Amino acid sequence: MADTITLEVTRYHPGRDKEPGLQTYGVPLRKEWVILDALNYVKDRLDGSLTFRWSCRMGVCGSCGMMVNGEPKLTCATFLSDYAPGPVRVEPMKNFPILRDLVVDPSDFLVKLTKSKPWLIRKEERPLAEGEYLQTPEQLDTYKQFSMCINCMLCYAACPVYGLDPLFSGPAAIALAQRYNMDSRDQGADERMDILSQHDGIWGCTFVGDCTEVCPKNVDPAGAIQQYKLTATREWVKSFLMPWQGK
Amino acid sequence: MSKRSNEPFLWLLFSAGGVVAAMLIPIQLFLFGLAFPLGWLDGPGYQSLLELVRHPLTRLYLFALCTLSLFHFAHRFRYTLYDGLQIKHLNELINTFCYGGAILGTAVTAYLLWIIP
Repeated sequence: MADTITLEVTRYHPGRDKEPGLQTYGVPLRKEWVILDALNYVKDRLDGSLTFRWSCRMGVCGSCGMMVNGEPKLTCATFLSDYAPGPVRVEPMKNFPILRDLVVDPSDFLVKLTKSKPWLIRKEERPLAEGEYLQTPEQLDTYKQFSMCINCMLCYAACPVYGLDPLFSGPAAIALAQRYNMDSRDQGADERMDILSQHDGIWGCTFVGDCTEVCPKNVDPAGAIQQYKLTATREWVKSFLMPWQGK
Repeated sequence: MSKRSNEPFLWLLFSAGGVVAAMLIPIQLFLFGLAFPLGWLDGPGYQSLLELVRHPLTRLYLFALCTLSLFHFAHRFRYTLYDGLQIKHLNELINTFCYGGAILGTAVTAYLLWIIP
């Protein structure tokens, strides 16, 4: 194995650069290094001005998502040696505005996430004295997979529909809405439905499935969206057949 | 619940069409495209096939098979035009063309099944 590998990294300094460009760095090619280690090597030894986000280094915080050779990846979980002999191209996540170098602006995702109300909604909270809301292992299993989402936004970087239509709610926000809809302790499905069943909510999805392929936590947002379409359609049929039940 | 979208209805037709097309059309194709013409199976004669098609249930089956498949096509093709060609701004024209085509196909299907002697 060669002892160095070339990184091609996006550099962009708004106000100074007209558009993003690539800069190359030679870094040691170590078997145990992930892309994030290589970026940190650049930052520490070669060019302190390189800007990127990271935190936990163990696939939990969801901060270090970038495009590696054109694919959305958590750079802390992507080994450098898999790209030998290189070069490896590291770019900011697609479909998001670039703030600087490898850092993107997640505001649009955060607005959409908030709109899908990913928290437990109770019509009436039980008094504390009555104890916890109990849940069986079966009830937990119905939504557990979707609760693994770490908001890394790789699915948004992968989604061609989101790339074309920024109004689309997008994979993670819908998967997280579904995570709470399927939670036996939650009573907020109607509130979420009003938002998600709008045209821009779920219906823009054409089931490309790239979101599920790139998800580092195996969440299957594409599956969640199709489930949600079925639920929304069932509600639509119900409101059509029994309009007197309308809320 | 306030409904702001007619997408559920279109999606229902789309998914029903997908199921019907995926499950039944291969059987039709296998029987009438391969097995009968190649002599793997003894095909029904013209007269008995005509008898079969005359039966109201057969007509209903063929009607569902054709129209749902058409609506499946319409919905898929609409999004192919939206995203594939990136001409979503022409959505009214596209919707008229796609779903209008499916409605027209439905009318033709109904007519053809109706006039079977």
